[in-house]
Amino acid sequence: MIKKDRLTAILMLMPSVILLAIFVYGFIGQTVYTSLTNWGMDPSQALAINPKIKFVGFAMYKELFTGFIDIRFRQDLVNTFFFTIFFIAGCLVLGLGLAFLLDQNLKAEGLYRTIFLLPMSLSFIVTGTIWRWLLQPKGGINMLPSLIGLEPMQSRWLTTREQIWQFNWQDIPQFTGWLIVLVLLWISFSAFRNKNKSRALVAFISLLAIAAWSAFIAPKILILPYPETHGFNIAFVGIIMAAIWQMSGYTMALYLAGLRGIPQALREAASVDGANEWQIYRHVVLPLLKPISLSAMIILGHISLKIFDLIFAMTGADNSTTDVPALLMYLTTFRANQFSKGAAIAVILLIMVAFVIIPYLWTSLRSEVER
Amino acid sequence: MTKHKLWRFLFYFLITAAAIVFLIPVYLVLITSLKDPGAINLNSTWQLPKVWYWQSFAEAWDLLAPKFVNSLILTVSATLLSAFFGSMNGYILSKWRFPGANIIFPLMLFGMFIPYQSILIPLFKFLRDTGLYGGLPGLILVHVVYGLPITTLIFRNFYAEIPDDMLEAAKVDGASFFGIYSKIIFPLSISGFVVVIIWQFTQVWNEFLFAVVLTKNNSQPITVALAQLAGGEAVKWNLPMAGAILTALPTLLVYIVLGRYFIRGLLAGSIKG
Repeated sequence: MIKKDRLTAILMLMPSVILLAIFVYGFIGQTVYTSLTNWGMDPSQALAINPKIKFVGFAMYKELFTGFIDIRFRQDLVNTFFFTIFFIAGCLVLGLGLAFLLDQNLKAEGLYRTIFLLPMSLSFIVTGTIWRWLLQPKGGINMLPSLIGLEPMQSRWLTTREQIWQFNWQDIPQFTGWLIVLVLLWISFSAFRNKNKSRALVAFISLLAIAAWSAFIAPKILILPYPETHGFNIAFVGIIMAAIWQMSGYTMALYLAGLRGIPQALREAASVDGANEWQIYRHVVLPLLKPISLSAMIILGHISLKIFDLIFAMTGADNSTTDVPALLMYLTTFRANQFSKGAAIAVILLIMVAFVIIPYLWTSLRSEVER
Repeated sequence: MTKHKLWRFLFYFLITAAAIVFLIPVYLVLITSLKDPGAINLNSTWQLPKVWYWQSFAEAWDLLAPKFVNSLILTVSATLLSAFFGSMNGYILSKWRFPGANIIFPLMLFGMFIPYQSILIPLFKFLRDTGLYGGLPGLILVHVVYGLPITTLIFRNFYAEIPDDMLEAAKVDGASFFGIYSKIIFPLSISGFVVVIIWQFTQVWNEFLFAVVLTKNNSQPITVALAQLAGGEAVKWNLPMAGAILTALPTLLVYIVLGRYFIRGLLAGSIKG
């Protein structure tokens, strides 16, 4: 009887497993294959019923990272990088601040919480539409100061083409090298502090090797034949504001759940030991919230890598200053019909998301098994 | 004591200020949607309308009503189907553990994090080849499949709380796989269903990428229609704002009435239930 039921269980699970196997892994496989062909790069073949498709290896990827026309894709990567950093930082700081305030036993706490989480229930399209109106150069937010008799602001928000923090794409190998040096420095330092001398030494020696490589060899690697500047597009400031407005309620809810999960006894014990309110937060509560910050960073990080609808609604799909890879993939594939290049962008996007998500899935499910 | 009061005052001040900042966009949407288009000019952006003008809602509704119905059909069907399958999967994965389940589950979960761009081209081809491209059934199928990971996750965590002893007792009494589900699991999972249904309802209603790529004009969901309505250059803003309110209304109502469950779904999305 039990045996038959076990079979039924597996049979009932099968439809979902098969569907996901096809729709997730099968389709990813097909996308990877498409990205290695030239499907759509010849316009006459793009929409043919049986298009002539040639296998071209990593040619699409090479074009994206080094091709002259695909400068837009490289700027998109830079845009995503800056967007992700400011978006996550904003959501974490604001979310933690709001959660801290809500944790103070204020009256009407429920009302405040409802207000901060309200944007979470909206579509990014609704948020984008609203903020597009808020950020009109001659109205909206710019006119707010005039309510209290001040001069209106002059920011051009989404329409500006200004770019700051410019750097040369050719310097990327050096930057990467120095970044690894920083990470190794940190590993070496913490190993040293934990009295793990051999690890500290190994990390330090590899650090020196990579520093030498970054200083002398990396500058000679020319990934592009000519200098190409990229930077942070100021037009993103408005988009980041809208995204934080929408998502900081989420981090607030996460932190609040975390705060409520801390046993009151723990705080009381610290208070008995003579810690004041501030010290309790600094030394007891904040360290306990660290895992929550990490989860929040991962969830927000993968959302920001995938961000598509918000920008679509705020500046349209065609605005090159506020472009991101997710949008470029849509344009390349469904407007320009360059399927193989669109697929390559999609694969790069998937790899970036996988870097963030797989370690997270791995650790959180493993700790669950151990429990 | 006075110092304590000062702090309390500061906290109230800060949180009220934050709430006002959060509500500023809401205020602007409301007043803009209620203004006569002729009265919308940039200098009086923040002032209340002199005459309450409800016509924009009627106009926006005329434009959006068919898409609203599309979204409703899409969302209700996709939500109910993915909730049912999710509940079955969660039941099996938490109560009928079999060898390999620990490998299958994370592989299923990964599906909820992928950027959908990475499956979009084959998905598009698949729907076109099966004749499902452009219509609501195809879009429903897509939302059910890609909704499975999250619904499975929420139900699995939910059922993990139900003690195994209860099931063992039922098994001894001769209850079968479906008997246990319908007599024990399902009755206990009403609040789980509420969480999942609210979550999926919000997700599917608000979704845009699949909607814009996989539908034709007459099967468009409301998010696509709103993006088009607001997308033109020389738009009068009263109409998009009224449209935004109509689009937001269903999920907003659900959130305000059932907020507690909404938050639980939100927290479940970060895996550790």
